[in-house]
Amino acid sequence: MVTDQLTEEQLNELFRALADPTRRDIVRRCALADSSVTLLASAYPMSFAAVQKHVTVLERAGLVTKERRGREQRVRTDADAVGRVQHAIAELEAIWRGRIDRMADVLSREGGAG
Amino acid sequence: MTVVRVDTDHHNLSVTVVADSAVPVERVWELWTDPRQLECWWGPPSFPATFETHNLVPGGEVRYYLLSSDGTKHAGKWRVTAVHPPTRLEFDDIFTDADGAPMTDLPVARVSVRLTERNAGTRMVMRSTFDSLGDLERWLSMGTREGQELAVAQMDRLLRR
Repeated sequence: MVTDQLTEEQLNELFRALADPTRRDIVRRCALADSSVTLLASAYPMSFAAVQKHVTVLERAGLVTKERRGREQRVRTDADAVGRVQHAIAELEAIWRGRIDRMADVLSREGGAG
Repeated sequence: MTVVRVDTDHHNLSVTVVADSAVPVERVWELWTDPRQLECWWGPPSFPATFETHNLVPGGEVRYYLLSSDGTKHAGKWRVTAVHPPTRLEFDDIFTDADGAPMTDLPVARVSVRLTERNAGTRMVMRSTFDSLGDLERWLSMGTREGQELAVAQMDRLLRR
């Protein structure tokens, strides 16, 4: 996935895809090791078709890739997409921590408690 | 003022910071309402902010610019959506052109601040959220030098402790 070229809509799709707990779990499993759809389906209390549907949503959002190898469909997490969110959130957190630090400086300049 | 806790929400793309201080609510409120104090903390030392207009009423605007080390001004403003002195403030933080007009398709950072009295001091809960990952990433990249300078300054402070 060439992430620099993602459209607004594709990015929103990414978040809708992650909003479902089963899909989040599929992403987690397939980040550790790629898996077949059959194997994934055995892990969740739902039909094979339902799991397939979840995988399709994830693939459309660019979170996993699906590759046919012989008779199997291998599903693998695209770690880049997940990493991007974590990285962006971490940066946002750092910015606000810096601001709080500087607020503390302003308060402590008054010679009392900060 | 010290950070008690930071909650991050990767699905809603938000960061919530809880910070406590030993001063009264009205004093912490001033950090947000006095432009001269805002200038001390809104931007990092290497990308300082100057606040030009400060109209803290619903629908009002707070205009500022950040000054990068090469002398470039990056203008921004708060569009105030809610204000209940001295305990609640909500605004959209956006980048603008030099005249204060929002640039098209620009990311919006939605910020809400709540102050409550706690242990004879103040608890501040600040939540910053974005509508999409694209918005957040574009917003971060626009302040990219700020982010880098911030990181260096933070490391500096840690080393000096």
